[in-house]
Amino acid sequence: MSPVDIIVGTMAPLPRANVDTDQIMPKQFLKRIERTGYGEFLFWDWRQADPDFVTNRSEYRGASILVTGANFGSGSSREHAPWGLADWGFRAVVAPSFADIFRNNCYKIGLLPVELSEKEIAWLIELAESDPSAEVTIDLDVQTVSTEGFEARFEIDGYTKWRLLNGLDDIGLTMRHAEAISEYEASRATYRPALS
Amino acid sequence: MQPATLLAKVWDEHLVRSHPEEPDLLYVDLHLVHEVTSPQAFDSLRVGGRTVRRPELTLATIDHGVPTTDRHLGITDPLSKIQIDALVRNCADFGVTLFGLDDPRSGIVHVIGPEQGLTQPGLLITCGDSHTSTHGAFGALAFGIGTSEVEHVLATQTLPLHRPQSMAISIDGELPAGVTAKDVILGIIARIGTDGGIGRVIEYRGSTVEALSMEGRMTVCNMSIEAGARAGMIAPDDTTFAYLEGRPYAPRGIEWERALDAWRRLPTDSGAQFEHELAMAAADFEPYVSWGTNPGQTVPITGKAPDPLTGDDPSEREAIARALKYMDLEPGTPITEIRLDRVFLGSCTNARIEDLRAAAAIVAGRKVAPTVGAMVVPGSGLVKLQAESEGLDLIFKDAGFEWRDAGCSMCLAMNPDVLAPGERCASTSNRNFEGRQGQGGRTHLVSPVMAAAAAIAGHFVDVRNWS
Repeated sequence: MSPVDIIVGTMAPLPRANVDTDQIMPKQFLKRIERTGYGEFLFWDWRQADPDFVTNRSEYRGASILVTGANFGSGSSREHAPWGLADWGFRAVVAPSFADIFRNNCYKIGLLPVELSEKEIAWLIELAESDPSAEVTIDLDVQTVSTEGFEARFEIDGYTKWRLLNGLDDIGLTMRHAEAISEYEASRATYRPALS
Repeated sequence: MQPATLLAKVWDEHLVRSHPEEPDLLYVDLHLVHEVTSPQAFDSLRVGGRTVRRPELTLATIDHGVPTTDRHLGITDPLSKIQIDALVRNCADFGVTLFGLDDPRSGIVHVIGPEQGLTQPGLLITCGDSHTSTHGAFGALAFGIGTSEVEHVLATQTLPLHRPQSMAISIDGELPAGVTAKDVILGIIARIGTDGGIGRVIEYRGSTVEALSMEGRMTVCNMSIEAGARAGMIAPDDTTFAYLEGRPYAPRGIEWERALDAWRRLPTDSGAQFEHELAMAAADFEPYVSWGTNPGQTVPITGKAPDPLTGDDPSEREAIARALKYMDLEPGTPITEIRLDRVFLGSCTNARIEDLRAAAAIVAGRKVAPTVGAMVVPGSGLVKLQAESEGLDLIFKDAGFEWRDAGCSMCLAMNPDVLAPGERCASTSNRNFEGRQGQGGRTHLVSPVMAAAAAIAGHFVDVRNWS
């Protein structure tokens, strides 16, 4: 995973709540066994149905920050959804709230989910709609989203922030505790199930 | 000892390591694997020169991409075939047990774990599938994970996790006739919304929940994720133990006695505090039908499609209008006037033997409406065999239902079972998202008895009036 640091970029506005992962990455693309190349399938059905859908519009093509509604990423656990967002070019998603599994999946691949208030989101969406070239800076280290005339602070747990800033792989970190895992295994109850 | 919740007890028992400034490291007792969310994880293991730490705590099956007819022809979709072949190869390479397509024990991953007795109280269970919450019905802590986490569990048998908040939803009283476990969870989601459970593990409690069968409890826990919850749990009790005893992977002899001792200590202690609490009365539940494009957009069968003007704010009004447009419904349409093209009885929510028995009782001796195409997809090969031994297949076939092989089928349409654009379906599955059952398809979520009655009538009917 590449380190996440200061993200400077333009925004794509998607003012809808409850955007589920079936919309972000429809199931027909989940048959692929690769981890890359999902960007072209992002929001596939919505892009087919609506020529003016945000990711069809040239003025938003270079956007690296998706600003959207509450409960973003609800539904299926498919990591293909954040893979598609990252592959398209998004480096952060800003929303009032995120579904738990989606948020975890983003953290694993270095796509930054940023939670701001409904009011702050509404302000950013209005800016993105009126001026697609408006640049926003997301500084993970100081936990702020800022642009001219606007600054908002967001929360993230210290451990995840440290891991993202340093681009560290979770498995490597966990394996530092291999001894603790072995000790735990030695003490597990004998009635727990096992396949032969 | 401080009084503790079921969640806290299971969590604490799985702590490999805890540190104030880091997430807890938790041990995974059972890791279920399927073909769609695992190939990239196995590839990364290979690239990193890593192995599967505990293959004997890992079970793989093939469910999402399998056809439910003509199995003998093999997998004809070339992409699904590559994906399924990859799982077969990965399981062989890494020593993971696979219930393959020709194994009668194969089926939907969340049906076979309980059926085999692998899903047990007090376990921590993960799977690269959001409906892993199903297994919480046994008093396990079970939740869906993404592919990076699948790789993490394969490599380390652990996961780093922040402790979720606890939420108690208590339901008391006797459910009215015709109101099922599916209606309980649809009613809960209608009440708390599709984001009401974010960051929380819901424990379902109360006399209504205690009276549910294991199948019903699984239906409730299954859709916890549709309320946004990390997991759903129900305290294990004699119903749980009776279901488990004698199943292939359940403990035996002295180990069964030891397990029972431990399992009986799992339920939430009296006086334990939940961070969130909600109480509901069984008498207030009705048979529900979803009208929109998320599982919170649901009304009782006696209700109507809403008017966008009833939305609380502009974004809510726009969301209602969008959903009505997608579903091709006029505001104010009575639910009972919605006519159907297809009926799907299946999925990890409602394809267990009890679901099929209940639906068969509704359709026995009747015929599916000529305008409706209806199918039954059992949750596993063993559910199918059980149903056939009871003659349920004949009841369904005589009524005009197709009787299929096990799989995820039209719940997510990653296989040949797909709605055509514009088709409207009454479905016992869990998600009515746009395009979920096929691009342009329209899904209404209902219980098995409501789906069965709708298949006969050709439109939604109140199963409470079924005679």
